Amino acid sequence: MSETGKHVHQHGDSDPHTHLPSEPALRVKALETLLVKKGLVDPDAIDALIETYAHKIGPQNGARVVARSWVDATFRDALLDDATAAIASMGFTGRQGEHMIAVENTPRLHNLVVCTLCSCYPWTVLGIPPVWYKSEAFRSRAVIDPRGVLAEFGVTLSEDIEVRVWDSTAEIRYLVIPERPAGTEGVSEIALAALVTRNSMIGAERDLGGDTSLTLGSGHNDDIVMGNRHG
Amino acid sequence: MNGIHDMGGMHGFGPIPIEHDEPVFHTEWEAKAMALTIAMAAWRKWNLDRSRFAREQLSTFDYMQFTYYERWIGGLVNLMVETDLVSVDELESGEPSKIMEPPLKGGDVADMLARGGPVNRVIDAAAEFVVGDTVTALNLNPSGHTRLPRYARGKVGEVIAHHGAHVLPDSNAVGDGEAPTHLYSVRFSARELWGASASPRDSVTLDLWESYLEASNG
Repeated sequence: MSETGKHVHQHGDSDPHTHLPSEPALRVKALETLLVKKGLVDPDAIDALIETYAHKIGPQNGARVVARSWVDATFRDALLDDATAAIASMGFTGRQGEHMIAVENTPRLHNLVVCTLCSCYPWTVLGIPPVWYKSEAFRSRAVIDPRGVLAEFGVTLSEDIEVRVWDSTAEIRYLVIPERPAGTEGVSEIALAALVTRNSMIGAERDLGGDTSLTLGSGHNDDIVMGNRHG
Repeated sequence: MNGIHDMGGMHGFGPIPIEHDEPVFHTEWEAKAMALTIAMAAWRKWNLDRSRFAREQLSTFDYMQFTYYERWIGGLVNLMVETDLVSVDELESGEPSKIMEPPLKGGDVADMLARGGPVNRVIDAAAEFVVGDTVTALNLNPSGHTRLPRYARGKVGEVIAHHGAHVLPDSNAVGDGEAPTHLYSVRFSARELWGASASPRDSVTLDLWESYLEASNG
């Protein structure tokens, strides 16, 4: 049961372990073998799909959208007016981003996105959702206890800040536009994008630092999560 | 259906499992599960609503025992069998009874993803509500697929946006057609949903179809 991926996998540990493949790994391998053998799936399509979400479509896309909204007031207005079109103008369209809405944080307002019924998430701009977003804990608690959830992410909000939770019950996908960090006047759009974390675009982080070493929050596994974010 | 998947507002699931330095995929099989699910959808034997419904129909025990991508694979296998793309015999033997031609080739993936599957539709029927209207989410308890969570049923909210007509999942998930229906963003105060202990400033906004709503006198 510990091999199913529900719990955080330990990297580089020295715990004794078996090389016996996990049950789901065996099941998926058997299924893949049958589907390929029957001609139901093209192995090249499988590779292309994995490559796309491992390296090409991820939070680096959303970070570029946010950074542009910070430096380009016309784009910001367009984004808030018709996010689908504004985001498409940057080349990000399609699956799980067909109908986009951007919601902007302000000093008096914080937005948090959830999908209580499954795991709806804006794939075109954020890629594949993280485990916490898909977890029962987040899905159950984000709507009834958003402030408690945010506190677990290190975001403590005073009572005078309004919290708006967006439950993604239809095919509309939400992108949170975090506030631009103070002291970043004159910083380039590309450098600003490097400050925008994935979690901030879901609403699970609020104050983005100006430290460019703190890129994309959970994104230190740069080769996988970040892909070609500067590309 | 009033299933375990409809978990908004439940207690008992513990703290948020925040993982630092999280990779996109934790294991190769998770990546394969994602890719196989998307590739098989290209057969167009089912739509996204039906695939969500398939995951909801996993037994409550399986749903909770399975990790995320196990639910995907569990739902996928059931859909493939229901639509005769794969037989139980083939699953057990691992041997195909015939050879077919996959509809999605490696070279098609980028275009397919970039196209996506928009669900907005133009309908003749006029919208029943306008922004600013006060509406009540109906107390509906269908045994089929729905996107009206239990926690909002019977609650009063305000229409804050109208999105035109979108495909209705309740119908589309069970093969009864797209039945496009006007869709609204409806904002409920946290106190309306959760009572007096909730923050007076906070709210939850849901995207709800017209057939989930009625005009409220409140």
